[in-house]
Amino acid sequence: MPQVLKLLVQRLALGLLLLFAVSVVIFLGVEALPGDTAQAILGQSATPLALANLRDALGLNDPPLTRYFNWLWGLLHGDLGVSLTNRQPIGPAIARRLGNTLFLASAAAAIAVPLALILGIIAARYAGRWPDKIISAVTLTTVSLPEFVAGYFVIYLLTQLIPVFQPVAMVLPGMSVWARLHALALPVIVLVLVVLAHMMRMTRAAILNVMESAYIETAELKGLSPMRIIWRHAFPNAIAPIVQVVVLNLAYLIVGVVVVEVVFSYNALGQYLIDHVTKRDLPVVQAVGMIFATAYISLNILADLVAILANPRLRHPK
Amino acid sequence: MMRIPLSALIGITITAAFVLAAIFAPLIAPWPMDDPIGAAWEPPSATHWFGTDRMGRDILSRLIYGGRITIFVAAAASLLAFTLGAFFGFMAAVRGGWIDQALSRLVDLMMSIPTLIVALVLLSVLPLNLTVLIVVMGVLDSTRVFRLSRAVAMDIVVMDYVEAAKLRGEGQGWVIFREILPNALSPLVAEFGLRFIFAVLFVSTLSFLGVGVQPPQADWGGMVRDSKDFLVYGRTAALVPAAAIAILAISVNLVADWILARTSSLKGGRSG
Repeated sequence: MPQVLKLLVQRLALGLLLLFAVSVVIFLGVEALPGDTAQAILGQSATPLALANLRDALGLNDPPLTRYFNWLWGLLHGDLGVSLTNRQPIGPAIARRLGNTLFLASAAAAIAVPLALILGIIAARYAGRWPDKIISAVTLTTVSLPEFVAGYFVIYLLTQLIPVFQPVAMVLPGMSVWARLHALALPVIVLVLVVLAHMMRMTRAAILNVMESAYIETAELKGLSPMRIIWRHAFPNAIAPIVQVVVLNLAYLIVGVVVVEVVFSYNALGQYLIDHVTKRDLPVVQAVGMIFATAYISLNILADLVAILANPRLRHPK
Repeated sequence: MMRIPLSALIGITITAAFVLAAIFAPLIAPWPMDDPIGAAWEPPSATHWFGTDRMGRDILSRLIYGGRITIFVAAAASLLAFTLGAFFGFMAAVRGGWIDQALSRLVDLMMSIPTLIVALVLLSVLPLNLTVLIVVMGVLDSTRVFRLSRAVAMDIVVMDYVEAAKLRGEGQGWVIFREILPNALSPLVAEFGLRFIFAVLFVSTLSFLGVGVQPPQADWGGMVRDSKDFLVYGRTAALVPAAAIAILAISVNLVADWILARTSSLKGGRSG
């Protein structure tokens, strides 16, 4: 067992190192690019004196390394700095929106994961025959669509042709969970469409991979029914790769959620990020970018940890 | 006589039609791109096949010119990604040692954050113009080409003919361009299709979010952005460029799938 523990600790340490490197890129790398923050706030007509004063007030005259460590220190203590455009602290603004993003992403995941597994198993069971071909054709199409294109087709279909939903995802503080889910039906449908295809294809591949093993042949020769073979023999052995696929696609959901929030004007983290990218409000972009990057990297680490725990070969290396 | 499956044939035909329309846009487009030539929101008619948009501009003409920008930016970005990725990928494989380590860890770092997030952070600082857009997209996407090129080249550098070239005293340039490149070409060509389509989706998404192609120029993503708020009032103008993106993406995917199935079992990353 200590072998596993060592691997787990190694992977976690590597993840922390990666996070640190990413924070360096997001802060120092961006600072090194051409562009003057003080000028960005005050505009082209600012006097040199006003620029100098503002640079001083924002601490822009400190050496980059000092500013980086100040920023990192603040970040670790929940102090995300101050927005350039409205001089409000960024932390509370993010806190108000984070819940909305998590709610949307979890609702999408709760539907997409079981659906992808079921469809993946069906496609693997009927590999090469018509149910598999239909599922493949549909998923190849949805894989080809960017999130916003899928979004507007769904909006047109479900608010104009068959008017069953509201096109704008309005979530108000006092709403019950069910009312929220109904308000979020469209963005959830779009997100499910976007991640379903990847998850389903990889589930199918993972199961088909296991189906080539000798013990599956034995089960076939015993005369078990195909569905029973998949359910009792193939699926348990495919769980490790499938869990990995699921977690990796949850990471993919993070990107999808940014675009989908903009499509539905949903007041959450992604919309907040895009707003401030167009306003060139760097501190907000850095803070939110760091949050998305952290979530993405954490999910990737989680996927690797699951793989290590589930794979006996990794537990006994060499 | 090579047999091309129907799906690939459809893909090739549509892709070629889109590319030709992009190249010969000024000859094909019935109206100029930016001039209001009718009333706002005219329905489709013989003079305006897809109707007009909120400013009375002919949607078909804008679609043709917009496709020109989308396809040009995507092609330029994927070419850049290929040049950078293949060159450094081959170099990592040939040189090995610390050069390989440094390049590979750098690529790991770049790929540890979603491409869209990195692009958004960069584009919130850099000036927004076509050159910057192409360079940002190309550099970010070169990481995937790097991994594929390195993997392919790793299998080639151990071949006898590479060993022979080294023993003949050929330089590294010769080994990379005359020995590795010709043998690595076919998996890279299939990958080019996937990278190109990723670039189309990526530039469309960036423009849709408002940080890609800037007005008065408009690519397909920008056109969707321009008309999106009117969709809920039954104005379908936003769906036309959206459909164009989808059709181009599916067509190129069909071609790339066929080439991938034909050439090798190597698969590059499809997703972003």
